[in-house]
Amino acid sequence: MRLRKTKAVIAACGLTLAMAACGNAGSGDKGKEVAGKDVKCSDFTGRAAEICKAGKITIGVKFDQPGLGFKSATSDTPTGFDVEVAKILASDLGIDSKDIKWEETISDNREPFLQQGKVDLVLASYSITPDRRKVVGQAGPYMVTGQQLLVPADSKVKDISDLKGKEVCSVTGSTSIDKINEKGAKGVGFESYSECVQKVLDGTVSAMSTDGTILAGFAAQNEGQLKVVGDPFSEERIGVGYSKKATGMCDFINKSLTAAFDDGTWAKAFEKTLGPSGVDTPTPPTLDPCQS
Amino acid sequence: MDAVTSNFDLFLKGFGYTLFLFLISGLLSLVLGTLLVACRVGPVAVLRWAGGWYVTLVRSTPLVVVFAFFQFAAPMLGIRFGWVDVHIGAFDFTSFFAIAVVALTLYTSCFVCEALRSGVNAVPLGQAEAARAIGLTFGGTMSQVILPQAFRASVPPLASVLIALIKNTSVAFIFGVGEAVAQMRIMTNNHSSERTTIFLAYAAGYILIVFVFSFLANRLERHWRVA
Repeated sequence: MRLRKTKAVIAACGLTLAMAACGNAGSGDKGKEVAGKDVKCSDFTGRAAEICKAGKITIGVKFDQPGLGFKSATSDTPTGFDVEVAKILASDLGIDSKDIKWEETISDNREPFLQQGKVDLVLASYSITPDRRKVVGQAGPYMVTGQQLLVPADSKVKDISDLKGKEVCSVTGSTSIDKINEKGAKGVGFESYSECVQKVLDGTVSAMSTDGTILAGFAAQNEGQLKVVGDPFSEERIGVGYSKKATGMCDFINKSLTAAFDDGTWAKAFEKTLGPSGVDTPTPPTLDPCQS
Repeated sequence: MDAVTSNFDLFLKGFGYTLFLFLISGLLSLVLGTLLVACRVGPVAVLRWAGGWYVTLVRSTPLVVVFAFFQFAAPMLGIRFGWVDVHIGAFDFTSFFAIAVVALTLYTSCFVCEALRSGVNAVPLGQAEAARAIGLTFGGTMSQVILPQAFRASVPPLASVLIALIKNTSVAFIFGVGEAVAQMRIMTNNHSSERTTIFLAYAAGYILIVFVFSFLANRLERHWRVA
């Protein structure tokens, strides 16, 4: 029965392939277009005003994190909470979301891309740290999350202390893998979170760990096979990255985020992207003041 | 430089894994490569054919794909390395390390085989004929006459193959082994303001290892030089 269904799907896809790409069954996750607001560019200063006048912006997001920044092979634009917040910011600069150029940034190239001006903003689950603030500007946080565990649905693991000396998967070189080692477990690193999911599913490792919001997305994708457990054992403050040379950026971002917190567009974006994975919408975090 | 000096133990541990990977898979690929070359130049047609195809297939597959095969496809076929569980000091050798060794060995042994084959071809045919004439079997001819001369002639290409292996171990960084590049990633993530110095420090580490190895290979070559 299952085989027949698969065959039918392949056949159907084969047919449609001639005309269009074979998309996901539920293409409802396609991000909505957000129109740019009517703004006066003279209200902004420095780089923010320049971007407003140019009417286009390049934003770095992740392409491999369901619920935050994710781009499937068949769609042109990424989706997720980071992406929605990026659209809010762009719209406050008077830029339609269709005029945003999405650039994939991975953990390793976020600072170089900002410094070289390849992207204007980075919203790529970008934790605010003092060391990063030495080389780039970081405004926010627009979300606070913590590291949890993703385990098989029948696992007895309750939190990280159950995994002392055991191997726990995460992404090579991420803050998460450092935290795993600190807590007495042994971090093993892979290229992406989806590869870790694979290793948890095939039983090579007993758990994987990173920000709870990311894990929730994978738990939702593999319902009945995986679950998120444990209290958060770290605090990640996710912010917006911009170049140190971009004057006026921080003031603009903080103003725009405050407005989004107050009028509910932030909460709406959260519900739409992370809500389906079972994450409750939190109260908006407190923004750091801009350093002058 | 602070990031590297204050985490020097991690720096060393990373290169420790790199060296372990290199030594173990280097040794194994020399053994497997020698067996392969015996197959390829041997008198048994089936083995010649099998050796030839093995080299052609594995050599034309990217190393990352070999790794990914053992990491993601093999568990579905029931091939796991869960029984590997050795801990020496601060080093853990588990399934991830074992898979890295297997992938690197299978991949590198093809190149070892071809480097050795060039050495075998350099041995004059008369040597083999003379060995046969005095009644040596194929095994005897290979182990007593051909391979000792072939090894000497193939030291330079073998050294190149093994130097490539030293650097190829870095592929293991995205497959669960905490070797040098994986440690470098952790450092650049935690100390993004010192990215360049961290890169340079790790590059220097690799250069040092390769220099030492090249030096030894040169000495061996001179020591073993065929008149």
